[in-house]
Amino acid sequence: MSLLAQKNTTDGPVLVGAHTDSAEAFVPDQSRAERTTSYAVADFPVPSGREEDWRFTPVDRLRALFAEADGTPLRRDESLPDGVTVSSISREEWQGSGAPKPADRAAVIAAARAASISVLDIPAETELTEPVRLVLTGDGVLSHGHTVIRVGNFAKATIVLRHEGDAQYSELLSVVVGDGADVTVVTVQEWADTALHLGQHDVVVGRDATVRHIAVTLGGGIVRLNTNASYAGPGGSFEALGVYFADAGQHQEHRLFVDHEAPHCRSNVEYKGALQGDSAHTVWVGDVLIRASAEGTDTYELNRNLILTDGARADSVPNLEIETGEIAGAGHASATGRFDDQQLFYLQARGIDEDTARRLVVRGFFAAIVGRIGVPEIEEHLMEAIDRELEATA
Amino acid sequence: MSTANHTLVIKDLHVTVDTDQGTKEILRGVTLTINSGETHAIMGPNGSGKSTLAYSIAGHPKYTVTGGTVTLDGEDVLAMSVDERARAGLFLAMQYPVEVPGVTVSNFLRTAKTAIDGEAPKLRMWVKELKQSMSDLKMDPAVSERGVNEGFSGGEKKRHEILQMELLKPKMAILDETDSGLDVDALRIVSEGVNRAKETTGAGVLLITHYTRILRYIQPDFVHVFVDGRIAEQGGSELADRLEAEGYDRFQTAAPASVTSA
Ligand SMILES: Nc1ncnc2c1ncn2[C@@H]1O[C@H](COP(=O)(O)OP(=O)(O)OP(=O)(O)O)[C@@H](O)[C@H]1O
Ligand SMILES: [Mg+2]
Repeated sequence: MSLLAQKNTTDGPVLVGAHTDSAEAFVPDQSRAERTTSYAVADFPVPSGREEDWRFTPVDRLRALFAEADGTPLRRDESLPDGVTVSSISREEWQGSGAPKPADRAAVIAAARAASISVLDIPAETELTEPVRLVLTGDGVLSHGHTVIRVGNFAKATIVLRHEGDAQYSELLSVVVGDGADVTVVTVQEWADTALHLGQHDVVVGRDATVRHIAVTLGGGIVRLNTNASYAGPGGSFEALGVYFADAGQHQEHRLFVDHEAPHCRSNVEYKGALQGDSAHTVWVGDVLIRASAEGTDTYELNRNLILTDGARADSVPNLEIETGEIAGAGHASATGRFDDQQLFYLQARGIDEDTARRLVVRGFFAAIVGRIGVPEIEEHLMEAIDRELEATA
Repeated sequence: MSTANHTLVIKDLHVTVDTDQGTKEILRGVTLTINSGETHAIMGPNGSGKSTLAYSIAGHPKYTVTGGTVTLDGEDVLAMSVDERARAGLFLAMQYPVEVPGVTVSNFLRTAKTAIDGEAPKLRMWVKELKQSMSDLKMDPAVSERGVNEGFSGGEKKRHEILQMELLKPKMAILDETDSGLDVDALRIVSEGVNRAKETTGAGVLLITHYTRILRYIQPDFVHVFVDGRIAEQGGSELADRLEAEGYDRFQTAAPASVTSA
C-alpha cells in the first residue's frame, strides 16, 4: 500500500510525502515524487555533488550556472512554418500555463535570469508538413534560456532544436501538449568541446496525445539534460529516444523521469550511447514512477552503452517505482558492454578492414534507435556525425 | 569454369590458446596441402582441434601460432591480418556465425564484396546475383534487410555463410561444421550451394565435419581423420565409410595408465 499526500504551496517547494512498499527492484530510499520543485531560487541550494541528483555530475565546473547572475541570450535562427508563432509571456502567464516548475538549481536560475520567456505556439488542429527549426548558437558566454512550446489540441508537429557554438547555458524548456496532438521534439547538442549545458525539459502529455522527445548529444564539455514527462489525462503516450557519443573529457548526462499518474498511459524510453577516449563519462538515469492511480500503465525503459576504448566510464541507473498492481506492463533493461571482438573478427574475415568494420558495428548499434527518429534530416546527419566521431580516433 | 590453380599449404602447424589454466597446445603439427578444385574432408571427435585449425588459418586473435607455416600460392598467410587473408582469397564459414546487430545483411554483403574485389560491384548485376543466390539457397528475400545473423535460426545462419561463399568467390573455403543443425532438406540445399560455388570458382574446399551425412552430397577427394590436434590417418572417401561404421575409437590412443596409490 502506498499513500500519497500532496501539499500544494504557491511559491515554495511542492512536498509530496510518498512511501512505497513495492517489492520491485531498484526502488530508491526516497520516492522520486519527493524531489523539490519550486519557482523560488532559494529553495535550491548550490549543489555540492553529494545530492542524489547531482552525485554523478562534476558540479565544481558548473559554478557559473549556479550563480545568480544575468547572461546574454543565445543567438536564435528560426524557421517557422505557416501558422506557427513565437512571442513572449510574463512570469504570471508562464506559471498558469500548465508548465511544470523548475526542479533543480540550474533550471530555477534559468527561469529567474532569462531575459524573456519565449513561447512557441502551434495552434490547435494545425498539421505541419515541415519541422519547426530553431538553431541556438552560443558565443562563449553565460546564457539562460526559458522556452514554452504550446501545442494545441489535435495538432501535429515536429520541432527541432539545435545547439551549437560555445556557451555556459542553463535552460528550462516546457512542452505542453494538447489532447490528441502528435508531437516530436528533437534536441541536438552539437556544442563545441568547452560548452556547458544544463537543461530541464518538461513534457506534459495531453489526453490521448502522442509525444516523442528525442535527445542527440554529441558535443559539449558537460551536457546534462533532465527530461521529465507527466500526463494531463488518460490515454497519453510518451516516447523518449536518445543517442549520445562521448569522447575524451566529455561528460554527458541524461536523466529521465516519467511520472505516471493518469491511468492507461504508455511510456517507452530508449537511450543508447557510445564512449571512447580517456575519462569520457556518460550517465543515464531512468526514473519511472507509477502512482497508485495510474492503472493500466504500460512502461518500458532501456539503456545500452558501448565502450569503445579503455578509460571511459558509463553509469546506467534504472529506477522503477510501482504503487499499483493494476498495470499492463513495466520493464527495464540496462547494459554496458565493451566492443565485441567476435563481431570485428567476423567482419574482417569477410575482407572488411578494421576501421570499416568498427564503423559498421557502431552504426549497427545505433541503427535501431536512429531509424525510429522519423526525421530524415536528423537521421542522416546523426549517422554522418557518428562516422566522424569514429574517424577522429581511427 | 575457373582454370586458375591455387594451392594452400599448411606445414607442421602448432597452435596454442591461453586458458585460465595456462597455455594449452591444441594443434600439434598439422600438415596438409589443398589445391584448387579439391575437396578435403576433415573428420574428428569433439575437441580434437578442428575449429582451431579453421580459426588459425583465418587469423583469429585468440589463437597463437607457435610453429609451422601456412602459405597461399607461396604467400605467407600467417603474416597477414584477418581481412588481408580474406582478400587474398581465404574464406571461413563459421561453426557459430556471429550476430552483428543493426548491420543489415545487404549492407554487410555489399561492403564485403567491395572489400574483396577492391571495387564496388555494379549495382544492377549485384542485386540480380544476390537475389538469384538467395533464391537458390531458399532464403527468404526479407532476410537481406535484417541484421547480420540477428535472430537467425541455426539453418538460416548456415545458409547465410554459404551465400557469402557463393558471392565472395574465394580461392579456398574452409567450412566448419556447416552441416550441423541442418535437417535433410536444408543439408541438401546448402550442399548444392557449396557445389555450385565450387563449380563456378574452382575453389579448393576444406570441409570440417563430424558426420558422413554431408559427404553424400559433397563428394570428398580426400578424407583426413583428425585426432588430438593432428591428422591421424588419411585416405579417400572410403575412409569416411569406415569411420561411419567404426567410429573414432580406434584412433584415440589410450592415455598412459596412471598409477594411483592409496
Ligand atoms: N578459446 C579457447 N579457450 C580455451 N580452450 C579452447 C579455446 N578454443 C579451443 N579450446 C580447446 O581446444 C580444444 C579444441 O577445440 P576445437 O574447438 O578446436 O575443437 P573441435 O574439434 O572443433 O570440436 P567440436 O567438434 O566440438 O567443434 C578443446 O579442448 C577446446 O576446449
Ligand atoms: Mg569445432
